[in-house]
Amino acid sequence: MPAEAAMDVGAAVAEDTAVALNTRSLTAGQRLALKYFTVAMVLFVAQMLFGLLAGIQFLYPEFLYGVLDFNVNRMVHINAMIVWMLYGFIGSVYWLVEDEAGVELVGAKLANINFWVLTSAVAVVVVVYLVVQVGPGKQSTIWLINEGREYIEAPRWADIGIVVCMGVFFYTIAGTFMKGRWSGISGTLVLDLIALAGLYLAGMFYTTNLSVDQYWWWWVVHLWVEATWEVLVGCIMAWGLMKTLGARREIVTTWLYIEVALMFGAGILGLGHHYFWIGTPEYWLGIGGFFSALEPIPLVAMVVHAVYDAGRHGFQSSNHPALAWLIAHAFGNFLGAGVWGFIHTLPQINLYTHGTQWTASHGHLAFFGAYATIVIALIYIALQRWRGDVWMSADLPDRGWKWKWSLILLNVGMMGMTIALLIAGYEQSFIERAIGGSTWAAFFEGQTQPWFVQGMQWRMIFGVVMTAGLVLLLWDLLTIGRGETRPAKEVHDPAGPSGAIESGALSRAPV
Amino acid sequence: MSEQAWWSNQDFWRKCAIFVTAFMFVVLILLTFHSLAAISSGTDRVPAYSVINHRIDYRFDEARNMKVPVIGEEAPLFGKVLSEDEARELVDLGKLTVQAKNCMNCHTLLGNGAYYAPDLTKAWLDPGWGNEQARELLMTMFLKDPKTNARTYGTNRRMPDLDITDEEVRGIIAFLKWMSAVDTNGFPQGFEPLPQGGS
Repeated sequence: MPAEAAMDVGAAVAEDTAVALNTRSLTAGQRLALKYFTVAMVLFVAQMLFGLLAGIQFLYPEFLYGVLDFNVNRMVHINAMIVWMLYGFIGSVYWLVEDEAGVELVGAKLANINFWVLTSAVAVVVVVYLVVQVGPGKQSTIWLINEGREYIEAPRWADIGIVVCMGVFFYTIAGTFMKGRWSGISGTLVLDLIALAGLYLAGMFYTTNLSVDQYWWWWVVHLWVEATWEVLVGCIMAWGLMKTLGARREIVTTWLYIEVALMFGAGILGLGHHYFWIGTPEYWLGIGGFFSALEPIPLVAMVVHAVYDAGRHGFQSSNHPALAWLIAHAFGNFLGAGVWGFIHTLPQINLYTHGTQWTASHGHLAFFGAYATIVIALIYIALQRWRGDVWMSADLPDRGWKWKWSLILLNVGMMGMTIALLIAGYEQSFIERAIGGSTWAAFFEGQTQPWFVQGMQWRMIFGVVMTAGLVLLLWDLLTIGRGETRPAKEVHDPAGPSGAIESGALSRAPV
Repeated sequence: MSEQAWWSNQDFWRKCAIFVTAFMFVVLILLTFHSLAAISSGTDRVPAYSVINHRIDYRFDEARNMKVPVIGEEAPLFGKVLSEDEARELVDLGKLTVQAKNCMNCHTLLGNGAYYAPDLTKAWLDPGWGNEQARELLMTMFLKDPKTNARTYGTNRRMPDLDITDEEVRGIIAFLKWMSAVDTNGFPQGFEPLPQGGS
């Protein structure tokens, strides 16, 4: 158990250096969270590595041809992303569950076994992706190698395993809240987890009919990333703002409800923007166009919420890196999911942009901005406690250059990639779609235009910038707070006690 | 809390969240029932699998102001008329192979997938195959040996050899032919199919 061993070492260091401070040993949920965060970061590295390989292949198609072809690299790139974000979410929920419920984690042993089962399964799936890659056109390939459906390529045996592991995860979380106390945040979180796990089932079947296949496939992909994941990070954000700023529970909970109403109000039927061109009836052009155009509104609300709260507290936070990443999340979510989604969501535009680099541009910024950022924020919150609740506000050693520069490099790298891909996408939709009529010849005509190629070159350059940011981030995560002796800065709401659960907002379940 | 304005009231927004979510979900369920009926195979929008026995064209429809697939006279795939069951079996093999070979992580299908290789929505009708007579042979040769018969249009982007069997090749071609007959609301825009019926 390398993660646990690392934690023991860390705890020893923290005891040596900060023994006089309010060091508390980590709870079972928190120890588990650190394991999930560790795997999440390993998968983040894998995502970056295979993204770089796929990016190089756009420029040099002979690179690794016949060894690790583009489809393999791309599959590992996007699967590593989905899984590290899920690990980040699970880790975040395990981190906050005991604090929020006020009791110890229910089923901690089971949860620990669950972690190792899930992680072993992920490792086996990745090895099979890389070594076996593809199989014959038989059901056995779908069951054992890969399902060949973007984002949910995991073979069926792993699907079933994932559902079982999610069931165990859900049991431990819901059980903990039931034993302890409920709040607006935990109630929303638990209901959202039911929807999130249930939706995965919609992707676990095979059909000959491609239109039906893609109909349900989008139920998983869209209703995860544009609905239930958004609400999940909304819950994490609410908790994170209370922790880092001392924001009042009543305020963050009210905002959470507003965001849920707007997010599901727009996002559920916003699913229709994936039903323009897959064979589904024409009414989806209107429904999908209208509701998906509303999807940025809750994301604006999140920015207002986060920035207003941070400003109201004069940016006095107990954890500067975490707060910075929470703010990065608010803006990244708004820009990547909101603005970049909106620019090609109307059917009149999407007719030309669907399936071009526009989508890649949007996908990159949205996943990073909405999800990578907030997981990183929660990891910083976790590390602060792990080090013994040490100081992580202003005046860090070396002025905290590592966290600041990793934040800058990762965000600048991602924005650069996004803009480069968008320019390539503009060019592609003009040359291939509008002028060339989407034939194969027109596709390659677009791909060889200098502006497209330059877009791919700049994407690569900014990808390297991002990689440098990731290296720095990992270095910072391993070292921040080490040797720190000052206790964490106390934060509170100017208007009242921070993070306290109002008597009316909770009810204690009978034990 | 009683003097609070309604718009800052937590309870109001909680109820809003619950009702809005429930309402939207019910609407989605109702639309799903309708849509699934509209896209089952053998409907106006998604053809029966035996459509592979016919010529498929892609023409402008004045009333809908978009191009739509037009199913024409009999033009059996590989010269053999198949029953609906046989056709379904062949298309099914093709669909399964397309998934098993992870085609979607280079190509797009109905515009969904990866952007490294061309969209396959109208691959059956692509003018790159030259004419109807050569198409089946060229597609077969390409899928059997994509390295030698690479179609890279001046780029070096070649499809890898995916060990596709003869039967799988026929399945893939049947699947592509079937897919080209799906009514995609005019996507891709402006696509001109290869010459049909010797025209």
